[in-house]
Amino acid sequence: MLDTTREVEVPEGITLSLPVAGAVSRALAFFIDVIIRWSAMAVIIQILAFFGNFGTGLYLLAIFLIEWFYPVLFEIFYHGQTIGKKVMDIMVVNDDGTPIDWSSSIVRNLLRFADFLPFLYLFGLISMLFSRDFKRLGDFAAGTLVVHKLTRLSPLAQNNLSGLAPKMTLTLEEQSAIIGFSERSERMSESRLNELAGHLRPWLNQSKLNQNESASMQLKRMAKWLRGHA
Amino acid sequence: MRQEEFEKRYQTLWNKFEQAINVLTRFKKKNIENTVLLQTFADDYRQICYCLALARERQYSPHLINQLESFAFQGHQLLYRKRLGVFNRVYQFILYGLPQAVREQAKFVWIASLLFYLPALAIFGFTLLFPELIYSLVDPDMVARIESMYDPALDKIGRERQADTDFMMFGYYIRNNIGIAFQSFAGGILATIGTQFFLIFNGTFFGGVSAHIINIGYQETFYSFVAGHSSYELTGIVLSGAAGLQIGWAVIAPGCFSRKQALINAGRRSMSLVYGAFFLLLIAAFVEAFWSSNTTFSVMTKYWVGIAGWLAILSYFFLAGRRSLSQYAAR
Repeated sequence: MLDTTREVEVPEGITLSLPVAGAVSRALAFFIDVIIRWSAMAVIIQILAFFGNFGTGLYLLAIFLIEWFYPVLFEIFYHGQTIGKKVMDIMVVNDDGTPIDWSSSIVRNLLRFADFLPFLYLFGLISMLFSRDFKRLGDFAAGTLVVHKLTRLSPLAQNNLSGLAPKMTLTLEEQSAIIGFSERSERMSESRLNELAGHLRPWLNQSKLNQNESASMQLKRMAKWLRGHA
Repeated sequence: MRQEEFEKRYQTLWNKFEQAINVLTRFKKKNIENTVLLQTFADDYRQICYCLALARERQYSPHLINQLESFAFQGHQLLYRKRLGVFNRVYQFILYGLPQAVREQAKFVWIASLLFYLPALAIFGFTLLFPELIYSLVDPDMVARIESMYDPALDKIGRERQADTDFMMFGYYIRNNIGIAFQSFAGGILATIGTQFFLIFNGTFFGGVSAHIINIGYQETFYSFVAGHSSYELTGIVLSGAAGLQIGWAVIAPGCFSRKQALINAGRRSMSLVYGAFFLLLIAAFVEAFWSSNTTFSVMTKYWVGIAGWLAILSYFFLAGRRSLSQYAAR
């Protein structure tokens, strides 16, 4: 398959396919984090300015923590997501799909410095383009992946169509293609649906089609039948 | 089995599992209802995996498979979470983890030491012989600044400070020194080149400045200042360098592993040294800010404290953590 997913086998004998996140969503997440970090520093410097030299000391400590440990703390305590990653709906996991742990997170975030070289993440980008799982150097050393978060899908709307048996026996692949078409129909425009369904026009039940039933409607009813609805 | 029958049969299990995930991820309150729900979490997770395997085998619709995949992924993340006993692990690390790691990776620690101390010694000697050499190594402004900091003729040696200034310098040392150590570690992944640069550059600077101070006769103020924290700071720099060399060496010579796997292994091993560098530099920043700047003690006291620091560091690395792990566990 051409998909950018990474198959991970888990002890329960199944594989999880993790959709690996690419350079663009990761860069956007990074920029969101940069803005948040800079504003945090700006606020901190304003507040600590009242405390003289002691405040300056605290400020330098805070900068040190934010510079190096902002991503680490978020990744550990916030399900592998910094705020930017949360917005982009991506997360960091270990190569085996388990949640990221302290040392992996620290390795990948300390090596950020090397990825940044010579300017604006050039080495990191080159490394991502040359690796199958879009890993930057820090990800290689830490053994981590950045993946799109698998979240619960919204349940499908129930329709009141009656099932329609296909004229001939279909292979499993053909069946799942028809069901897949029906499930995705809500995300496509009417004309696109008809265009796709039109390819099957010659194969569909012509007498029904003449009764003003569109090809896409007939496929949806067939999907209903295939899913087990009489 | 048709998909709809399948869905009907397992729907209650899926709903229950989804509820359990919500309880575990959303910081819900601990009550009896939730505890009962979570009691069967592991069993339910195995059932979910079973459903996913069946659904894939029977080629049920993509929507259903995606749904089950997301359940399985979230369950996997929750079940295989590592327990974080941080404080206990920090204690064990300091007690025996760090010295054991340093001895285990002695090769890299020695090479890093050489890369740091050899240029330092060489430049120290050359600058004593040819005093003007310092101006080709260090920026003249910088030289002037260092001179003014340690001028014994100054009434207030620039170090007679208030407590709040001490704290400011503490923040400065943390940010600056530990930041440099982290960078020198990270630079190692570029086939050790970055680390070598940092080690040699810092060694040269350190050797040149120490010799220049002697040339202009300020040694008493300078050496009594640096004596206290030198052991922790220099060793910290060497350890972070050793960690960088280790990951760089995994890129150059991965041995019997693939380069990728060698890098992961080296990353894991080198972390002990990075934590060690962090720990030592933290001590160094503390000593430098609050002890080295203090002028109420005599110069001799400061030298003795400095020597004690070096002895402590060396005996820690050579002697600590020699007992076997079972002996530690027995205590």
